[in-house]
Parts: sequence; C-alpha cells; structure tokens
Amino acid sequence: MVSLMQYEYLQNAVMAGFFGGALCGVVGVFLVTMQASFLGICIAHAAFAGALFGLLLDFNPMAGAILFSLGAAAVIGPLSDRGAFSPDTSIGILFSVMLGIAFLIMGIMPGGRPEALSLFWGAILTVSRQDIFVLAGILALLVLLLLLFFRQIHVVACHRAIAAAAGIPASLYFYGMLSATGVAIAVSLPSIGGLLVYSLVINPAAAAYQLTYNFKLLLLLAAGFGVASCWLGLFLSFVFNAPAGAVIILSSALLFMIACLLSPKRKPSLWRNRSKTTFPQ
Amino acid sequence: MTDVIINLQDAYVSYNGSAALDGVSLQVHAGESIVLRGPNGAGKTTLLTAIHGLTPLLAGSIRAFGLAPAGRTLLEVRRRIGYVAQAQGFDPRMPITVRESVMTGVYGRLGWRRRVSLPVQAAVNATLDRLGLQALDSRPLGHLSGGEQRRVMIARALVQEPEVLLLDEPTASLDDHTRADICSVIDELNRERGLTVLWVTHDLDSLPASCMRVIRMQRGRITTDAAPDGEAASGRRP
Repeated sequence: MVSLMQYEYLQNAVMAGFFGGALCGVVGVFLVTMQASFLGICIAHAAFAGALFGLLLDFNPMAGAILFSLGAAAVIGPLSDRGAFSPDTSIGILFSVMLGIAFLIMGIMPGGRPEALSLFWGAILTVSRQDIFVLAGILALLVLLLLLFFRQIHVVACHRAIAAAAGIPASLYFYGMLSATGVAIAVSLPSIGGLLVYSLVINPAAAAYQLTYNFKLLLLLAAGFGVASCWLGLFLSFVFNAPAGAVIILSSALLFMIACLLSPKRKPSLWRNRSKTTFPQ
Repeated sequence: MTDVIINLQDAYVSYNGSAALDGVSLQVHAGESIVLRGPNGAGKTTLLTAIHGLTPLLAGSIRAFGLAPAGRTLLEVRRRIGYVAQAQGFDPRMPITVRESVMTGVYGRLGWRRRVSLPVQAAVNATLDRLGLQALDSRPLGHLSGGEQRRVMIARALVQEPEVLLLDEPTASLDDHTRADICSVIDELNRERGLTVLWVTHDLDSLPASCMRVIRMQRGRITTDAAPDGEAASGRRP
C-alpha cells in the first residue's frame, strides 16, 4: 500500500478522503443532533439533480450541485417552519421532486450517461487536484464559522426553540447550518457520489453521537470517523478489488455498529441511577 | 402607578379558524406579579407566546417596552423577556450539559463576538446555586428528572437578566417542596429586583406570595382581572 502511494491518483484519493470525510462528518453532526437526518437525504438528492443539470446544460456540475442543494435548504426550512405541512412531509415531497428531476435528466441526456453514473456512484480514484482544493477550502471555511459561532450553533443544534427564546437568531443559524450541509454535500459529490454521500454524512456523525455528550468532542469524533471511513474504505477496496465508494459507506456503517456496541448512552442504568438533588436550604 | 411595559390592544390569534385570543386588551406595569388562570384552551399560553413573539397576531397590537415583538425588534424584545415554556422532555442523548443549557440565556444578550466574562460566569454560578443545580452542572440535560429540567429552564431564563419573566405552568407536576421553592425564588426576584412576572398556573389552591393580580381567561377572553382575595394570596405585597 505504501508503494502504491507514489501514484498521484491514490494521493488524490487519500486527500479527498481526508477533506471530504471530515467535511461530511462535521455537517452530519448538525443533522444528527437536530434529528433531521431525512433532510440530509433530500439535500443530497438535490445536489445530485443539480450536478446532472450542470452536465445537461454544459456548465460545471459542482456549481449546479451547490446551486440546487442551497435551493433545497432554502425551501425546506421555511416550508417546515410555517407548519402547513409537517417537516417530514415537506422534505419528502421535495425529495421526490429532486429524484424525479435527476432521473428525468439522466433519461434525456444525450450521450452523457457515463458521466452521470459517475456522479451517481462517485469516483474518488479519479478526483482532481482542483476538486481537492475545493474540498479543503470549504472545510477550512466551515471550521472558521464553527470557531466564530460555536456556542450559538451548539444551542441551536440541540434546541432551537430554547435558543430562540433566549434572543438568539435561531432561524438564521438553522438556515446557515442547512446551507453549510448543502455546500458540503455538493462538493463531496464527485468523489463519493450522489447515492452514497448521504451515508457518509450521517453514519460517522451517528457513530460519534453514540460516544459522547460533549459537542466539541462530537464534532471532532465525527470528522475523525468520516476520515477513517474513507481511508478504511479505500484500503479495503484495494484489497478486495471492490468499488471504493460502496466500501467507504460500508466502512462507515461498520464504525457506527462498533460505536453502538461501545456506547455508554446505550446503558440507561448509567443515567437513570442519578442522585436526587434539592434546593439549598 | 408605574410604567406600562407590556400593552396588548384587541389582540386576536386564531388556530384553524378557532380564536385562541379573542380581542384581549391588557396592560402590565413594571414590577407586577400577575397570575393567569383558566381552563385548558382558555388562551393563557397563547397570550404568553404572543407577548414573546412566538405567535403572530391576526389583529390588534402588542408592545413590549414600546417595541413590537416581531420583525427587527423581535430579538431585542426576546432578550428583555425571559420565557419558560410548559414542561418539555429532552432527549437523554442530547449533547448539552446543564451548565451549557443555562448559559444559553447569556448568549442572546452577548451576541457572537463578546466573550463570557468572569462576572457573567459568577452570575451563572449564583443562579445555579440558587436553584440547587450546582451539583448537576456537568450532567447532560436529558438525564435530569422533569422537575430538575424545569429548574434548568428557569435558571436559563434568569441568567438572561430579563425585565419580564413569562412562566407557563412552572410548577406543574412538581412535588410540594420543589413547587414552594421555585415560587419563593421568583417571589424574591420580584420583591428584590422588581422583576415583572406573568405566571400561568392551574394550581387552584395556592398563589405565589408576590401575586398582585389574578387574571382569569376563558375561550380566548379575559373574564376577570382583579387583586387576589386575602385567603388565596397570603403574604402578597400591598
């Protein structure tokens, strides 16, 4: 494996795994903590439809993916906030529309199906240096935003209504987190693929969520699990000559299962057996 | 009489065609402690959420400190009004501790740039102490009992240093001892700091000692607004 690292495409894959895995892991924490995992599926499919739209109209697929995922994030928030439909219903409808658009474009695309399928499954082994710079840049931006707004993001992710009651512009942060998720998914699309990127967003974050109550540690663990999923998946795909994207996702699912087995949160006796406290006399 | 700090004029709120507030007019003066009573569906919670800008009015107006709890002035109103909603369960796996939950009350007024200073930390510690939460401060919020979580939400509202406190059934389903303790903390703040308090309560046999007005609501309307009778509100301020 070490000797294989002299090949540029493998170096690129490892770097894409590092930046993409960390990026997806961090935004996954937003969705898992807000209990809005289905929202991630919807944004992933919007990004996929947007990338195909870019291919169809002959402009950069990543730009199309960013545009559509931001659009989806902008529509989902207000739709669920207004309460005319339950969030699940509005997300479900948008999800089906995005899937319909994606398959429609695949159907009418003249001679572009191999590229479309590559967006569908992802191609981490053919990822370009430019794609890696974009991934690194978006990750750096996300880390900067987290450093600046950490405490607000933390409380909005945990309890939006309480944050709003305290005078924090909770909706602004909520939409910001959805937009960050949209951009992260869109830029990860070329390497991981529209069908699989959702799993890389949710699985590492869900694994980290099993292990800690500390939000900072949760973000770090999720980023670490995202990177570990990508690198383990790459390694195993070489060993077994299997599709890299699929093995990356299975690796992330394996990490999730291990985290569940080790989770202190799955031992309710630890938190039910608490000491009673009273007011100071 | 002191200044009117909350003023509702013909406030009207409707849910699916059914009036939750039906032309409610109410003036709240600085330093008052008011209890809102009435059966389920009377509009008590809607009245609090409308004052806090969580429920928009269909007609009429609300002014808090002369500001509308909507649009550009919404956040300012919310920062000056502490709101404790009805009991709500928290996910036991949620990654937030008691101290972090209480600190939420500080973040609204500090914004994103200002750091939490030592005096603010000290004020948070004092509030945790006052509500008997210091020993629990590093515990995940979701691991606490319902009564303890209620105390955390009250502490969160108090560290906000609000001018008005809106409490929606703060002592419901609590044991007598905890209920008396919460009432005495709020009464003390009303007496010492002149904190204006609006309580929603179903508790029919006791009123907080600080209570000055009892407002009864029914079907979205205020039916009576009077001083509490002597028996019910023993120890209240003159």
